[in-house]
Amino acid sequence: MDRSKRKQFPNVNVNPALTFVFEVGFRFPKGSWFMNRHIAAVAAILWAQSAIAGNEFHIFPGDAAEEQLQEALILAEPGDTIILADGVYDIRNGLSLDNPDVTIVGAGMDRSILSFKNQSGGAEGLLITAGGAILKDFAVEDTKGDAIKIKGVDGIAIVRVRTEWTNGPDENNGSYGLYPVQTKNVYIDGSVAIGASDAGIYVGQSENIIVRNSRGEYNVAGLEIENSYYADVYANELTNNTGGILIFDLPNLPQQGGHSIRVFDNKSYANNTDNFAPQGNIVGLVPRGTGMLIMANRDVEVFGNDMRDNDTVNVAIMSYVEGFEDENYDPTPKRIHIHDNVFGASGGNPDTSEFAEIVTGALGTPLPNIIWDGVMPLPNFFLWGIEEGGRHSIHDNVYEANPPFGNANLIMYFAARWLHNPSLSMKDASETYPSLAPVSVVIRGVDVNDQTF
Amino acid sequence: MTRRSKTLAVALALLAGPVGAEVNDTALAAARPPANLSEIGLFDDMAAMTPNAAVVPYTISAPLFTDYALKYRFVYVPASAGPAAYQGEDVLDLPVGSVLVKTFAYPDGAGGIHRVETRLLIHQEAGWKAWPYVWNEAQDEAELKVAGKDFALTATRPDGSTVDVAYHVPNVNQCKGCHVGTDGAFRPIGPKVRNLNLAEEGGNQLDRLVASGIIAALPEDRASVPMTPSYEGEAVPLEARARAYLDANCGHCHAPGRPADTSGLYLNWEEDRAIHRGILKPPVAAGRGSGGFAYDIVPGDPDHSILLYRLDSTDPGIMMPELGRSTIDQAGVALIRAYIESLGG
Repeated sequence: MDRSKRKQFPNVNVNPALTFVFEVGFRFPKGSWFMNRHIAAVAAILWAQSAIAGNEFHIFPGDAAEEQLQEALILAEPGDTIILADGVYDIRNGLSLDNPDVTIVGAGMDRSILSFKNQSGGAEGLLITAGGAILKDFAVEDTKGDAIKIKGVDGIAIVRVRTEWTNGPDENNGSYGLYPVQTKNVYIDGSVAIGASDAGIYVGQSENIIVRNSRGEYNVAGLEIENSYYADVYANELTNNTGGILIFDLPNLPQQGGHSIRVFDNKSYANNTDNFAPQGNIVGLVPRGTGMLIMANRDVEVFGNDMRDNDTVNVAIMSYVEGFEDENYDPTPKRIHIHDNVFGASGGNPDTSEFAEIVTGALGTPLPNIIWDGVMPLPNFFLWGIEEGGRHSIHDNVYEANPPFGNANLIMYFAARWLHNPSLSMKDASETYPSLAPVSVVIRGVDVNDQTF
Repeated sequence: MTRRSKTLAVALALLAGPVGAEVNDTALAAARPPANLSEIGLFDDMAAMTPNAAVVPYTISAPLFTDYALKYRFVYVPASAGPAAYQGEDVLDLPVGSVLVKTFAYPDGAGGIHRVETRLLIHQEAGWKAWPYVWNEAQDEAELKVAGKDFALTATRPDGSTVDVAYHVPNVNQCKGCHVGTDGAFRPIGPKVRNLNLAEEGGNQLDRLVASGIIAALPEDRASVPMTPSYEGEAVPLEARARAYLDANCGHCHAPGRPADTSGLYLNWEEDRAIHRGILKPPVAAGRGSGGFAYDIVPGDPDHSILLYRLDSTDPGIMMPELGRSTIDQAGVALIRAYIESLGG
């Protein structure tokens, strides 16, 4: 069976075993017309079974909808599907799913809408604590806290789902729209996140991640990968956020040391919304007008992106600059590889926060397309710079307007102002690195590229 | 047993009347729980909530705040399964067939109580299961409510003042929001030896639980038996009371491997690292729960400490704990305020 056919039968993944049974059990010659016909017949039976294997729970808007939906979320068993009919659902309490391999599907991200405008309980809209969930074609609006949180599971697919705070940017909006955390195998495709007071699409402390074809708008951070390993972030569109794409790592967490992240073919433009994060949140540091910010990660490859019209800077590479007590934490970004991107004009109206002012004071306005804070452990700075094998690599980008690169040398700005010597030299960014390997994400035992959602 | 003899046995049991009946171990082992609480036979007299002889009442030293509800706890261990072995750390390993029973009630204004719900945690072969039962108006039966239920009621605080409560009977998933082990499986929270080690009329509760066949023998060196102090005990040092309160109200999620470990804030009794206990620890994903403050605890400055801000809120996007209350525990807030003030040295 060829690959295109298998896509129609995502649950039928038994061909090798069937072949084995026929060959060993019945001794039909491989490839005979008889065997081929039988495999086709068996596949058809299996397909029919898979179509009826799971129960369907049909939920319709109305006064009983919340209780019916939550009851379905509790009673649904592996393979079952919960179907949200067209309409707006008034939900008062946080919903939760704790059984594996359940699908929740609506009539479309603008048609089946779970509205939490009147929410009185629960810290998020929908909480998922079991693996293999597939969410598609619905929306979660106006939750008091996070919109959809997935915690500590293996396998989550979020396809054509929208999370939105409909009142636009506001510090009273919830923190995160799509929020998988401590999760393996995360797949987000064709989704939309609007109005989060932290990150619209946020994947934290996770591994094996694909975020693609999605849009983040009017969030503080459009799309953020934090304390995570092995992520492919591509073909997304980020605009009107404070910052478009963030790749962060923070100390004192169960998983840290973020690495192996590819960010490619995205558009991150005009992310010029004032930072509206509630104070005290690290994302509050992001300057208005940031296309992309990479902080304290290693092995991040950024290519094929188009970034422009960001008022402060297209790309910033930074250390974690807050104080921390964590001997296992490395605050310094390493091996950041940025190539074959197109950078349009940016930096025309930089943010006035302390950090942005220091950087623009050091490197001038408009800022270069890519800035590096130049912060590293002090002994390194005096002896050899970034350690061997840790330097960055920046090459073959198209710079339509501003200078390519600037080292803000903030280490000396803070440590010994008279030695502060910012520079536009590419010296610390001219290593050569191979490309990183693509990430594969497996949901319910099948690679996402071999399934149709 | 044949079907007919089973029917006969049930009929005889019914004829014998509820008093002296046995707990229905078969119902406890079933995949789906009975629709009515009375069918399980935990109480000889439902209306009076008189427990079956094998169902043992107990209390814990530092309970969770749940909107000033009165709580009545019972534990049942089948005689055939034998008692749980003594263990100083973590929750008692109650055998399969055991049930933890907790009834939530409020004073009825006439000297009695009005029961709202009874939660069962049942230890089955496949693990622990949680089911909430909601009491009827007549107070003689409670009905299974898988998806939970909401009530509006009025509670009385210890100082005599009243407060409106949006009481939420949690659904089974919400139960698991807190009742989950590091392995992701359902588990009880309260019955740890250190929470059961308390004085009661006639002696120490642990001795009664041993005599009732719930716990096997205690260690000979009784001084080695751990104890969480009561956070209401005036004689207990302030920091110990505060940590007991945070352990009871937060530590079941805010601990390594637990649901809130994504934050790195650990409020369980055993945690000793200041940064993880919140002292000068910046938030990770608090959002507007930060209240605009930079740290979970600023020693000496409760009014700039996120921890207190979230305890002192009823906004679902801000408040902590996330579940189990719709009002503010004023005494708890005062305790944590005093504790943070005291850290200022």
